[in-house]
Amino acid sequence: METRMLQSAETLATPKRRKLSSMRKRQIRAAFLFILPGLLLFLVFNLYPLIKSFQISFYEWSIMPGRASTFVGLDNYLRAFQDPIARLSFRNTLLYTLITVPGQMTLAMLAALLLNQLGRGRGVYRLLYYLPVITSWVIVALLFRYMFQSPNGFINYLLVDVLQVVEKPIGWLQSAKTANIPIWVLGTWKGIGWSMVIFLAGLTTIPNDLYEAAAIDGAGSWHRFWHITLPLLRPTVVFTLVVLLIGGLNVFLPVVLVTNGGPLQQTEVILSYMYHQAFDFLDFGYGSAMSFMMAVFIIVLSFIQIRFFRQPEEIR
Amino acid sequence: MVQFASRRKLLSFMYYLLATLGAAVMILPFVWMVSTSFKEHAFVIEFPPRLIPANPTLSNFEQAWTANNFQLYFRNSLLVAVTSTLLVVLLSAMMAYAFARFEFPGKELIFFIILLVLFVPNLIGIIPQFLLAKTLNLRNSLIGLVFFYVSGSIPFNTFLLRGFFEALPKELEEAVLIDGGSYFTIFSRMVLPLSKPALATVAIFSFLGFWDEYVQSLTFIDDPLKRTLPVAIASFHGQHGTEWGLVFAASLIAIVPVVLVYISLQRYFTGGLTTGAFKG
Repeated sequence: METRMLQSAETLATPKRRKLSSMRKRQIRAAFLFILPGLLLFLVFNLYPLIKSFQISFYEWSIMPGRASTFVGLDNYLRAFQDPIARLSFRNTLLYTLITVPGQMTLAMLAALLLNQLGRGRGVYRLLYYLPVITSWVIVALLFRYMFQSPNGFINYLLVDVLQVVEKPIGWLQSAKTANIPIWVLGTWKGIGWSMVIFLAGLTTIPNDLYEAAAIDGAGSWHRFWHITLPLLRPTVVFTLVVLLIGGLNVFLPVVLVTNGGPLQQTEVILSYMYHQAFDFLDFGYGSAMSFMMAVFIIVLSFIQIRFFRQPEEIR
Repeated sequence: MVQFASRRKLLSFMYYLLATLGAAVMILPFVWMVSTSFKEHAFVIEFPPRLIPANPTLSNFEQAWTANNFQLYFRNSLLVAVTSTLLVVLLSAMMAYAFARFEFPGKELIFFIILLVLFVPNLIGIIPQFLLAKTLNLRNSLIGLVFFYVSGSIPFNTFLLRGFFEALPKELEEAVLIDGGSYFTIFSRMVLPLSKPALATVAIFSFLGFWDEYVQSLTFIDDPLKRTLPVAIASFHGQHGTEWGLVFAASLIAIVPVVLVYISLQRYFTGGLTTGAFKG
C-alpha cells in the first residue's frame, strides 16, 4: 500500500515532459520489436524483388552466373509497344476486364437481391453461390476444360443436343475466335459469389421502413431499387468495382490454366505473356519491363478511381 | 386480406424457385465433377453424357489417394499452408498493432510503402523472386515457399488488422500499462483474444490462398517430391490426359480441407467477411 502511494506520488512529481519522453522511448522500442520480423520478410521477399524488377527491365538479363548482363536502356519497353503479341495480350486483358467485371457485378447484384428476400436457408444458398470462390483455380480450370471439350464435352452436348441452338459441336479451345469464351465464363462464374456476399452484407444495412414508406407512396420495385437500394449501396458497389477492376487487369490463372495462351498465343494476357517470356524463353528483361508497365498502369488507374469515386465514408 | 397473404406466399415461392435455379447453375460444374469422379474410365467419354453414373465406383478415389505420391503432396501442401497461415496471422497482427498504437519515426513512410505494394499484384515480382530463391538456395524448399507466401500476404493483412485494432478501446490497455504490464502482455493477453473474429478472417482466407496457390509453387519448385497439391493436380492431368475420373477424384480430395476450414471458422467471420474478403 505504502509503495503504491509512493509510486503514484513519484509519477505526479515527475515533470510531464520527461514522463512523456520515457513513454515515447518505450513505445519506439516496442514498435521496433513488433514490426521487425514482419518488416524484414516484407523487405527481403516482397519489396526488394519489386525494385529489382525495375532494374532488370533495363537489361538484357543474363541468367548464367558470372556472365554479365547488358544494359539496353528503354529497349525492352519500346519492344513491348511494337510486339504484336504484346498488343494482343493487352487487348485480351482489357476485354477480359470489360466483360467479366460488369458480368460479375450484375449477376451478383441479382443474386444478392434474391437471397436478401429469403428467410430460412439463406445461409445454405449463400454457401452454394460462394463455393466457386473458395475452390482452387487449378481445379475449376480443369473442370471448365473438361466441360468445354470438343466434340463430346458437356457444353457442346447442352448446345447441340439438348437446347439445339447450334448445329454441330464447337471446337471451343481449338479456335482463336472461341478460346476466350471459356476463360470469360470461368472468370465470371468464379467471382459472382464474392461480390454477392459483399452486396448482401450491404443490403442488410438498409432499413426496411424506407421501402415500406416508398411502397405506401406507390413506388414499384424497379423504382425502389433505383432510388433507394442503389444510392444507399453506392459505397459497397464502388468498393467492389475497384477491387474487381484491379483483379480483372491482373488476370492470369484462368488463362494459363485453361488455354495457356493458345492456340498460337491468341489468348495471351499481359501477365501470362510476361510469364511465358520470362520462364519459357528466359527473357527476364523483357518480362520485367512488361510486368513493370502493368504495375504502373494498375497503380495509376487505382488512384484515379479512388479520387474519382471518393466521397466521405468511402474507401479510406 | 386473404388475397394479400396468398400473394405473398406465391412471391416467396417464386424467390425460392429462382434462388434454387441460380444455385443449380452455380454448382452444376461441381455436380458434374462429382459424377465424373465416380465413373469408370470407359464411361467418362460416354455420349450422351449421364449425370448419374450407371455403375458408380470408388476406384478413382482409391487410385488417386494411393498412387502418384498423392499423400506426399497432400502433406507438403498442409505443411506449407499451416505454417504460413500461423506466421501470417502472428506477424501481421504484430505489425498492425504497432501501426495502430505506437508513435515511432518512419511510421507514415513504412505504412505508405506497404499500402503502395498492396496495389501491386504479387505476380509482378516473380522474376526477381525466382532469382532471389536461387541465390538464397531456397529453390526446391518448402520453407522457401513459406517465406514468399508470408511476405506476399503481410501487406493486405497488416492493413486489415490495423483498422480492426484501431477500433478497440484504448482505456483498458492504458490501465494495464500503468499497472506495470508490458506491451507484450497487453498484446498477447488482451488484444489477441479480443480480436478473434478478425484473426479468424485473416487465418481462413490466408489458408485458402496458400492451399490453392499455384504459380509461385510451380515456379520455385522443380523437385517432384516437393510439389504442392495444386501443381501436382495440374501435372496429374498432364500425365493422365483423358482420365478425368482420376483427376477429379484427386481434386475432390483436395477440396476437403478447404470446406472443413471454411465451415469450422465460418461463425467467426460472418460479420468480418465484407472487410476481410479478398479475391481468391
